[in-house]
Amino acid sequence: MIEIKNIRKKFGKLTALDNVSVSFKRGECIALLGPNGSGKTTLIKSLLGMVVPDSGTIHFDHELITGKWRYRSRLGYMPQIGRYPENMTIAQVLDMMKDIRKKEHQQYDEDLVKSFGLNNLMQKKMRTLSGGTTQKVSASLAFLFKPDVLILDEPTAGLDPLSSELLKQKIIKEKQAGKLILITSHVLSELDDLVTEVFYMQEGKLAFHKKLAVLREETGEHKLSKAIAKLMRVQEV
Amino acid sequence: MKKIFKYVLVDIVQNKIVLIYTLLLLVISLSVFNLENNASKGLLSLLNIILIIVPLICIIFSTIYIYNSAEFIELLVSQPLKRRTIWLSIFSGLSGSLCLAFFLGAGIPILLYHADPTGIIMILMGLSLTVVFVSIAMMAAGLTRDKAKGIGVSILLWLYFSLIFDALLLFLLFQFQDYPLEKIMVFVSFFNPIDLSRIQILLKMDISALMGYTGAIFREFFGNTTGIALSFAGLCAWIFFPLLTSLKKFKSKDL
Repeated sequence: MIEIKNIRKKFGKLTALDNVSVSFKRGECIALLGPNGSGKTTLIKSLLGMVVPDSGTIHFDHELITGKWRYRSRLGYMPQIGRYPENMTIAQVLDMMKDIRKKEHQQYDEDLVKSFGLNNLMQKKMRTLSGGTTQKVSASLAFLFKPDVLILDEPTAGLDPLSSELLKQKIIKEKQAGKLILITSHVLSELDDLVTEVFYMQEGKLAFHKKLAVLREETGEHKLSKAIAKLMRVQEV
Repeated sequence: MKKIFKYVLVDIVQNKIVLIYTLLLLVISLSVFNLENNASKGLLSLLNIILIIVPLICIIFSTIYIYNSAEFIELLVSQPLKRRTIWLSIFSGLSGSLCLAFFLGAGIPILLYHADPTGIIMILMGLSLTVVFVSIAMMAAGLTRDKAKGIGVSILLWLYFSLIFDALLLFLLFQFQDYPLEKIMVFVSFFNPIDLSRIQILLKMDISALMGYTGAIFREFFGNTTGIALSFAGLCAWIFFPLLTSLKKFKSKDL
């Protein structure tokens, strides 16, 4: 579904993405892992067209995305730090997004809005919200338009345990519905029952891209965190 | 395009600064027209105030607004929207609301006290000056990432167009007074939108004594009608050039 070929991106002297090639298929739930500053967010932003790569190509359903915008109606993006116009209320932000992304016969997926209890906060201004509540708004927006691909950048950071469990259940539900899901997270224990593939980046390069089952078999560990730790130790030696 | 334009317009119209700007213009124009018993004289004093205030407010407000909407722009860019649409909507929202402010604050008093071709040209000039400086602000804010630097650049640009440009021109005239500089001066005045607007009004008002050096030559060269048409064309160029430069930059910007 998504084909990334040889993309490179430099920010000044810093190389954020160094010749990364990868393809993601429908129905998979992929964990994008790697240390801070390894280029995960840059990769996601390149997919979304927010960052323009210096070279290389990205295809979405066999279509080159450079300069295109319509494909984004099939993406749902939850940013690491959601930033919204400060003077708007939650209701206004949701209405605005609905207005912008309006399609014919569009049905909205408001499961998360309901389960997070955002209905009671609708008249609050974005400026007054806590980090966690802002994350809830971001998550609700990502799922609202029933996109084919969900891109979640640190989805559970800042969420309380109850909400992050709700979000996890929602992700599992969407995965079973055959959607492609990309997640970055540093909380590996959370990803155990979610992901089917692991994509590990280091210093802007692809370190490995494996099925979770294969990874478990190779390392003999069941827990994702231990498996990754083991693999990293082997690589360092 | 219309949708985002609507959100930007509503957001700016609610802004207190724009409200204060409208009231300020209204107070100035009403008091100028009431103080002078001759409406033409009033128009002339108003012209000098407008030529300073309109560019200043427009360029600084727009620059700050663009930096403050960074989050909004980021949110929109990840949605199925063309970048061109986003940028042009912000431009039209800004120019639309500031033009509205100018029309309510200065346009209506001018129509009340001086509703003749000169007054109408003056309103048109004020509106185009507003759009020109919004466009220049888009360029300043689009080309610099840092907020403080961007606002600094805007203030310097304003200072350049309203003060430094004239000073440089006078200095050059003084230094090269032995040479025939008329043609060059006409050409040079196209490099300053404020100068162009001033010439335009004064050509229409026909007050040679107040026309300044470039104005006098302008009339000699083009006559009144062609002069006004040409200076309008110059102002249009001043709208499109900075806007298109910033659009090109925004299309490949990393957010």
